[in-house]
Amino acid sequence: MKKIKSDVYYKTKRITLNVFIHLFLISVAVTCLYPLLWMVSSSLKSQETVFNLSLIPRPLHLENYVLAWKEGGFGRNFINSIFYTVSVVFGIVIVSSMAAYAFARLRFPGRNIIFFVFMAAMMIPIPGSFVALYVLLNKLHLRNTPLGYILCMINVGLSTSIFLLKTFFDKMPKELEDAARIDGCSKLGIWWHVALPLAKPVLAVVVVFNALNVWNEYILALIIFDSRKYMPLQVALQTFQGEFVTNYPLLMAGLTITALPIILVYLLMQKYIIKGVTAGAIVG
Amino acid sequence: MMRVKSTLENYVFVLPAVIIFSIFYIFPFVDVFRLSFYDWDGILPNPTYIQLLNFKEILFQDRSWWQSIYNAGYITVIALVFQNCLAFLLAWACDREIKLKNFYRVIFFIPPILSEIVVGMAWRFIINDIDGANLINRSLTAIGLPNLVNNWLSDPKTALTTVAIVHCWKGFGWGFLIFLAGLQTIPRELYEAARVDGANAWDCFRKITIPLMMPVIVLVAILTVLGTMQAFALIIGLVGGEFAGHTSVPVLRILASMRGSSRFGYACAQGITFGFILVIISFIQYRFSKKSRA
Repeated sequence: MKKIKSDVYYKTKRITLNVFIHLFLISVAVTCLYPLLWMVSSSLKSQETVFNLSLIPRPLHLENYVLAWKEGGFGRNFINSIFYTVSVVFGIVIVSSMAAYAFARLRFPGRNIIFFVFMAAMMIPIPGSFVALYVLLNKLHLRNTPLGYILCMINVGLSTSIFLLKTFFDKMPKELEDAARIDGCSKLGIWWHVALPLAKPVLAVVVVFNALNVWNEYILALIIFDSRKYMPLQVALQTFQGEFVTNYPLLMAGLTITALPIILVYLLMQKYIIKGVTAGAIVG
Repeated sequence: MMRVKSTLENYVFVLPAVIIFSIFYIFPFVDVFRLSFYDWDGILPNPTYIQLLNFKEILFQDRSWWQSIYNAGYITVIALVFQNCLAFLLAWACDREIKLKNFYRVIFFIPPILSEIVVGMAWRFIINDIDGANLINRSLTAIGLPNLVNNWLSDPKTALTTVAIVHCWKGFGWGFLIFLAGLQTIPRELYEAARVDGANAWDCFRKITIPLMMPVIVLVAILTVLGTMQAFALIIGLVGGEFAGHTSVPVLRILASMRGSSRFGYACAQGITFGFILVIISFIQYRFSKKSRA
């Protein structure tokens, strides 16, 4: 009899605890989502109804997105953001995988020192470096050009990507490369045909991690671009806010256009993003 | 001859990385130090060499600079305590057989992947200063606390705390993720063994979870400090501009010296001062962590 009673007691205790844990987790989850839902919902309201408390916009003002895209100029900036993200990530993948492969597999004087410098760059914070970068880009006539921004952003992603890829190449079995070498494959050929295909899982992490980084980047885009036509979304939002001070639905549409691609990519590629974040944290 | 050629070939692999890195990282890094000794508006061909005058001004005259460091420190302390405790608590709650675990994990990590600008602007729309449009104030009125209604972002008394709370909203999911990864490496057998020996949940938490998680806690703490001290785009989004007044932080001061008052040398000197402070803080934390592990 006593035994049964204590079983019931423990069961009740466990269920109560679980209910409390879920209540806690759900309330935090709602706090996470509500501001974003509010943002999306406001983007579908009109200037008159934008401060109504209802989360469901009625009537639906889908034309805000057309307006934001065309008159607000976000279409242009969206395409810029896509272009910068794709070209920077492509650049980083090529440049960092070549370097990482060399650091892991090839021999040359100064190898360890060069690698060490790349790694040290990840640890040392230099908050003022954008000032010098601005001066440098001015001298090179690369300021206010897409090329200047792309090169700077490739540099930003190099160290972490080299680290991730080198760790992978270090553990990669040598046999496949040896076989390719015997078949007369050049070093570049081995890198391209053997190492890169094997590194696909890590490359996915590198791609997703850097893509997020470029899409969300702000400070360099801010100091490099003067012309709205070159700006990526993050900076254009600020400019837009300056021009259309009180047009909240349009601004919210702009924010949604900026946030949505990232959220979609995240939902599709969570696995890689989480790996990238955990790895990035351990490096730093 | 073959060997020389082969070595040269190997250099080709690292060459692109080294070139980009030298031009866009190492050169500006060195140049920041050089420029910090000059008085320069960024345009004139001949900057004036003024030795350590920039640093002297920063150290002894620039009140708004030290205020901005204080502000960043204030936000950092709140993030360090509030954000990380919340993150740890959530991770601890999720580190068990619990339904919807993955759902929570996916949701909590949405704020960290958004950009600071988007988060800042979305929240600015929620806690705006427009009469009767502030969501927080409206909820306060609705639950019968109308005397707490406030202009959260423009009132100097609450502005910084508001910024800090939004920062925590954006950041806790990141801490959560790392804490959860850490917690999952603790072998379950340890807990079971402790249970058999009569330990209760609190004992387990104190004697097993905390000591084993110490390295992860220190790591998250160091990264929180480095990240939060240098955060600034969130504030641009929240206050609607680069010149943030009483919520200014060091990076915004550097930006203001450079773009606002066109004092490039001074901006570089501020950057070096700030970088130096960051290095010292992380060094202290690192030493502290070594001590606590030994």
